[in-house]
Amino acid sequence: MKKLTTLVLSLLLIAGIAFGGGTKEAPTTATGGPGEVEVLHWWTSGGEAAAVAVLKQLLEDEGHTWIDFAVAGGGGDAAMTVLKSRALAGNPPAAAQVKGPEIQLWGGVLANLNDVAKANDWDNILPKVVADIMKFEGNYVAVPVNVHRINWMWVNPDVFKQAGATIPTTWDELDAAAKKIQAAGLIPIAWGGQPWQEATVFEIIVAGVGGTDFYTQTMIDADVSALKSPTMVKVFETLRMLLSYTDPGAPNRDWNLATSMVIKGEAAMQFMGDWALGEFVAAGKVPDQDFIAMTAPQTEDQFIFNIDSFIMFDVEDPANAGAQQAMARLILEPEFQEAFNVPKGSIPVRLGMSNEPYAAPQRLAMKNFVTSAKTGDLVPSMAHGMAVMPDIRGAILDVVTNFCNSNLSAEDAASQLASAVDVVK
Amino acid sequence: MDNELQTQTNAGNKIKSGGFLNSLENIFPKLVLAPTFVLALVCIYGFIFWTIWVSFTNSGLLPDYELKGIGQYIILFTREPRWWVAIRNLFIFSSLFIAICIVIGLALAIFLDQRIRAEGFFKAIYLYPMALSFIVTGTSWRWILNPSLGLERLVQQMGFADFTFRWLVEPETAIYTIVIAAAWQSTGFVFALFLAGLRGIDNSIIKAAQVDGATLPRIYWRIIIPSLRPVFLSAVIILLHLAIKSFDLVMVLTGGGPGYSTDMPATFMYTFAFNRGRLAFGAASAVIMFLAVMAIIIPYLFSELRATRNAK
Repeated sequence: MKKLTTLVLSLLLIAGIAFGGGTKEAPTTATGGPGEVEVLHWWTSGGEAAAVAVLKQLLEDEGHTWIDFAVAGGGGDAAMTVLKSRALAGNPPAAAQVKGPEIQLWGGVLANLNDVAKANDWDNILPKVVADIMKFEGNYVAVPVNVHRINWMWVNPDVFKQAGATIPTTWDELDAAAKKIQAAGLIPIAWGGQPWQEATVFEIIVAGVGGTDFYTQTMIDADVSALKSPTMVKVFETLRMLLSYTDPGAPNRDWNLATSMVIKGEAAMQFMGDWALGEFVAAGKVPDQDFIAMTAPQTEDQFIFNIDSFIMFDVEDPANAGAQQAMARLILEPEFQEAFNVPKGSIPVRLGMSNEPYAAPQRLAMKNFVTSAKTGDLVPSMAHGMAVMPDIRGAILDVVTNFCNSNLSAEDAASQLASAVDVVK
Repeated sequence: MDNELQTQTNAGNKIKSGGFLNSLENIFPKLVLAPTFVLALVCIYGFIFWTIWVSFTNSGLLPDYELKGIGQYIILFTREPRWWVAIRNLFIFSSLFIAICIVIGLALAIFLDQRIRAEGFFKAIYLYPMALSFIVTGTSWRWILNPSLGLERLVQQMGFADFTFRWLVEPETAIYTIVIAAAWQSTGFVFALFLAGLRGIDNSIIKAAQVDGATLPRIYWRIIIPSLRPVFLSAVIILLHLAIKSFDLVMVLTGGGPGYSTDMPATFMYTFAFNRGRLAFGAASAVIMFLAVMAIIIPYLFSELRATRNAK
């Protein structure tokens, strides 16, 4: 029995060492043999699933095997939990959808992708702000897939016509239009009452009402005094106004169900990132005719971005490492960038690509991506984990969702927000 | 460890004196039990200790073993409003859930104990919900209780236009919908426990009471229900631990919402430890849950052990 105990303990130790090991040099020659990559992602809804199938096909065309490891749940909370438990068990997948500041947390156990990056000139085809997010201690450890814009408003013009309302470009106009729509017996705002969706609308209002500087202070720097400022009170008042135009079925509604309310003409508008475009296209709707995608009120020049990326874990088997490097290369090749982003609603992260095959909203986003970077209005999304670490994000989400589901006053919400962030900071 | 050594030397002696088979017979049960013993030691008690240790650190996304004191517990009880929501929900949920399951379960068992026709058929009906997982129960009730999909819409379409039933989407009442769904699923199980208990009662006692002129309700109230006391105890213990660890039903039915109004300690722990990278904080809440369970289980175990000792 003593021996058995020793055996179990040493096995645990080995597992610990395997996980704790540092970044290894990537194999210098990516062997040509067919390998397999296990890919953890959360692209499971209609438009997203179609997009991910493209990458799978490209990889399989090169002879590699794609092991799909999809974990449903919008926003990726569920997938991250699975990834953490797999990594703690010393058995991470080859590639996983991880983004933003969290890439740095995984840095030590990731594969080095500098060879692929150099061979394919990543330093020049990626904007610097994006490339910096993908690096850990100066080495590429992740591959960006696409750029999402968060501050969109999706509008069904027929509903506005029925109610005799005009499509708003400011929050005050929105208030007036929503009143008419409600009076006509329709739902003004398609609302998904899940914390991450509520936070999405919240950060759009922060950018719209407060402007880029205020957004940077609150959503990126998490400055406590700015979080309880009068501007934040105004943000919460605007949010309360929007909430009065939602329907009773909203709590816990998935985002794509809310989008389908706009598609079917049950609701007039939804605030959601550009991935909603995929749902409209999949339903056979034509932009500017059946639906209108416009920047959310008072955020015309701003670009709140969310960049999906894959981190690559260190793998032992050379054939599998080869497949992993092939995947990293394929993701940034024009063929995949186009095949992936056109249906998904996002825009290519690779610069200088033709905007020909893209829908109107995407062309606007491609233009704004470049211009906002110049003016400093290109900001990372808090709600989608690009701006702050998960603990601060969680604290903000708690206060926002509590506000959305109670009668809390805007003043109290702002002071609670400051105090909640202060605790974890 | 001393015991083990002794076992080994004992086994060694027997090889010399009694032959191989004898020694195998002696050592075999211990060999078979060893893996489970080690697994239990490491995976249950080891990780309990690990969690307690981590709760006194400042661990973030990954564990960090430097002890930092009770800071996490102080934040938990003084600066985290969500924790109090979780505690309050646990009290509301477990008391109502246990009460409803026992009252309805007992009533069903008594009715079915009246030697009725097609008893097997009814038994199956009441027991079927138990065959479903909480995920299925949660999803079905989520649709039934959703105002724009389920019950409210159905009744409105039947012509009662001002009928409203919005418990699921109101933060104050959402916790009661979890009680409804959980009780719907678990009542059948409690009913089966009580039915088995009723069938175990000696008929001659009831006959004697009838001879003495006791009415049927009086017989149930004064004789039968009191003699079901052990069944009540097992039912409460089983339901209580279901309530404390309830997680899947909450996740599916309300997702902890609206807002975080239906958060329970288990969902709270999961959110903070795994979604938000606050491992130490989540561990602190797990330790509080663990202490709560211990506070109930230890007295129960003591009373059980005393009972068996007395029986001897």
